[in-house]
Amino acid sequence: MIRSLIAAILFSACQVFALDGQIQIHDPSTIVRCDGKFYTYGTGGSSLVSEDGWTWNRGAAPSRRGMAPDVIHVGDRYYMYVARNVGAQPRADIDLIWSKSLDPNSPDYKWEEGGVVASSDGAEDCNAIDPGALLDPNDGRLWLVYGSYFGYIRLVELNPKTGQRLNPNGKPLDLAVNCEASILIHHDGWYYLLATHGSCCRGAESGYNIRMGRSRKVSGPYLDHTGLDMIKGGGTLFAGSSARHVGPGHFGWLDIGDGVEKFSCHYEADLDRGGASVLDIRPLLWKDGWPVAGDNLKESDYRIESARTGTALELAVQGVPVGGARVRRGPPGSQGFGGTNAPTGPPGGFFAGTGRGPIPVQNATEVSTNWPKENIDVRLANFLDQAQQKWTIGAVTNAGGYAGSPYFKITIAGLDRALAATADGELVSLPALTGGPEQLWRIDQLTDGTCRIMPKAVPNSKEPLALCAIGSSSVTLSRFDPASDKHRWLFKTQ
Amino acid sequence: MNSHKRVFLAALAAIHSTLIVIAAENPARLAGPSLTAAASGEKAPDADGFIQRWLILEPIRANIPLSDNAITEAVKKEYFPDQLSVIPRDGDKVKIQETELAWHAVDTRGYNVNLYHFAHNYRAPTSNVLFWALTIVDCPEELRDVRLAIGSNAASVWWVNGQQVIGIYGDRQTVIDDGVSKRLTLKKGANVIRCAVFNAGGATDFCARFLGGDEKPLKNFKVRLSEVGDKKP
Repeated sequence: MIRSLIAAILFSACQVFALDGQIQIHDPSTIVRCDGKFYTYGTGGSSLVSEDGWTWNRGAAPSRRGMAPDVIHVGDRYYMYVARNVGAQPRADIDLIWSKSLDPNSPDYKWEEGGVVASSDGAEDCNAIDPGALLDPNDGRLWLVYGSYFGYIRLVELNPKTGQRLNPNGKPLDLAVNCEASILIHHDGWYYLLATHGSCCRGAESGYNIRMGRSRKVSGPYLDHTGLDMIKGGGTLFAGSSARHVGPGHFGWLDIGDGVEKFSCHYEADLDRGGASVLDIRPLLWKDGWPVAGDNLKESDYRIESARTGTALELAVQGVPVGGARVRRGPPGSQGFGGTNAPTGPPGGFFAGTGRGPIPVQNATEVSTNWPKENIDVRLANFLDQAQQKWTIGAVTNAGGYAGSPYFKITIAGLDRALAATADGELVSLPALTGGPEQLWRIDQLTDGTCRIMPKAVPNSKEPLALCAIGSSSVTLSRFDPASDKHRWLFKTQ
Repeated sequence: MNSHKRVFLAALAAIHSTLIVIAAENPARLAGPSLTAAASGEKAPDADGFIQRWLILEPIRANIPLSDNAITEAVKKEYFPDQLSVIPRDGDKVKIQETELAWHAVDTRGYNVNLYHFAHNYRAPTSNVLFWALTIVDCPEELRDVRLAIGSNAASVWWVNGQQVIGIYGDRQTVIDDGVSKRLTLKKGANVIRCAVFNAGGATDFCARFLGGDEKPLKNFKVRLSEVGDKKP
C-alpha cells in the first residue's frame, strides 16, 4: 500500500503525455480491439483507429451518427449503443447497431440495426443518452446504464446473444442522479459506477470530472467512499482536471492483459492542443478497493528501483562516492575515529562530512572517463546517488508506442549510453542509442502503482519479455509474471 | 550354537550395524555448529536447492580493497598453480607466500557455508583474507537456461566450468540469490563450480544454488567432490 501511494504521488507530480496523431474526439466510447487494432467512436459519427494505441487516425463512421456511443465486444459481435434526440431534450432513444468487425476492410464489416434498447419520453426523470455497457464477468449477463442530468442514471439488462433489451417492458432501475456518461465496471467482487459530473462542452471552462461509487450488487446502491449514495448526489472523485488537461469525462475501461489495466477518457480542453477535445489513455490503479487514475510516465531523470529487492538499476562499473571518498579523521589533537594512525581533520570528526557545505550532484561526464567505452553490463545495487544509477527516460519520436505512451529510450543521465535487450534475453548498456527496437522501452504503470518495463523487441525472440530483478544485484529479462514483484519497478525522482 | 548364543551374536551384530550407521551420519564435526567433514559419495542439494558440499582452501592473506576494480584485478593474480582448473583432493596442500595451506572437504548443515567457522577451525585468520572453494555438480542430463545464484560475505567471483559468470563487489552480507548469473548450460555429468570469496573483516560466508528456466531452485542434480566421489569430473 505504501508502495502504491508513493508511486501514485510520484506520477501525479508529472505532466502526462497526450496521445499522438489525430486524437480529436468528444464523448469517446470504451476503446475496443478488433483484429489487433484499437477503435473508439464519438459523438457525431466520429471515430478513431490505432495500430498500437499510441498513434491514432480518423476512422470510418458507423451507420448511425448519434451521441456518445459505447461499444462492447460480446461473442462474435461488436454491439454499439448510440443515442439520438427524438424531440426536445430529454426525449431520446438509445439504438443498437452491431457488426462482426470494426475494420471497414473486413468482409465481416457490416452494421446491422438492432432497434431501440432504452428511451425517455421527455417528461420522465431521465434523458436516455450516454449509454455504457458491462458484460458481467461473473455470470455473463449484459447490462446498460444511461442517462444525463435530467433525473436519473438508469440500468437495464440486455440479451448478450442479441444485444437487445432483455425485458423491453421492464422498469429500469435508478442508480444515480445529476451526472452523465456513466458506465459500470467490475473488480474483485464489487461493481463500480463511474459517471461524469460537472458541465461539458465549454472548452477550458468545462467542469467535467469523473466520480464513482461502488456496490456489491449490480443493481446498487452505489455508495461513495463517505457512504453517500450516488442516487442522492454522492460520488468520490476519480479524475479531475490537471495542469494542461481540463475536464476529463466518459470513462472507459481498457484491459491490456497480464493484470495491466488502463482507462480512456476525453478532455474537454487539451491546452497543449489549442483547447481541443481529445482522447487520452491512462493507467488504472487500484488502492483500498477503489480505482485510482494513474498518469503516464513523464520524460525526466529517475532512479529505477526494484519493488522486489529495493535495489536500483545501474551500470556495472565501480562507483565514485559522491563528494569523493571520505578519510577517517578525528578532531585535531586526537587519535581519530579510525585508530591510532588515522589522520586528523576538521572539527567535528569523521561524521562531520567534508566540512565544505553542500556536495554538488555527481557529474556523469566527469566520473565516466574511467568507464569502458564499449558495452557495459547492468546490474542492481543500493542507490547511492551516483551517476551510473541515474537514468533519463526520453520519448523517441516516430518510433511508435503502445496504449497511452510512446516508446522510450533509457539512457544514463547526462550521457548517451543506452539500455538495450540482448539476443539471449539479457541486458546491456550500449555506448549510444542506435534506434533498434531492442533499445526502445515500453513502460506501463501497473495497478499497484509500480511499473512494468518491456523492450519493444528482443532480437531472435517473439516472446514478450520484461525487466526482471532476478536477484538483489542481478537483472535480466523474462516473461512478465503478474503475481510476482520481480517485474515491478518504481521510478523515483528523489 | 545354542539359541542363547545366536541371540547374543545377533544382538552384537545389530549394535555394530547401528554404530556404523551413527558413525556415517555423524562424521567428524569441525569447529562451530555449521560444518562437518564431508561424507563420502554424492549429496543432493537441500530442499531449497542449496549446495552443501564444498572443497575449501584455508584462507590466503589478502589485504585487498573490495571494490569492483580491485577484486577484478585480484582474481587475475595466480595464487597457486592452475587455480581456475585444478580439482584438488581433501588434504591436498598448496604453498602460498611461504605458507602451506590445505584443502578441506566439508559439508554444511545450513544453506550457507560459514567461512568464519571454517577458518577458525584451522586457526586461520578471518579478516583480510581470500577463500577459494569449489564443488562438482553432477547433472543427469544437459540443463539449459539455468542460472547460478549466490550470496557472499563479502565480495566474490564465481566460475562455472572455467567461465566467469558472477562478480559481486563491495563490503556486503550474504543474501540469498544476491548475484545471479546470466543463463548458462550445465553439461551432462560433471560441472565444476568455483569461487573466490574476499573478506575484509568480521563474519564471512557464502551460499549457492542453481535456478531453473522458471527461476525456481534446481534440485535434479548431485554434488560430489573429487576426493570422495565415485567418478572423476
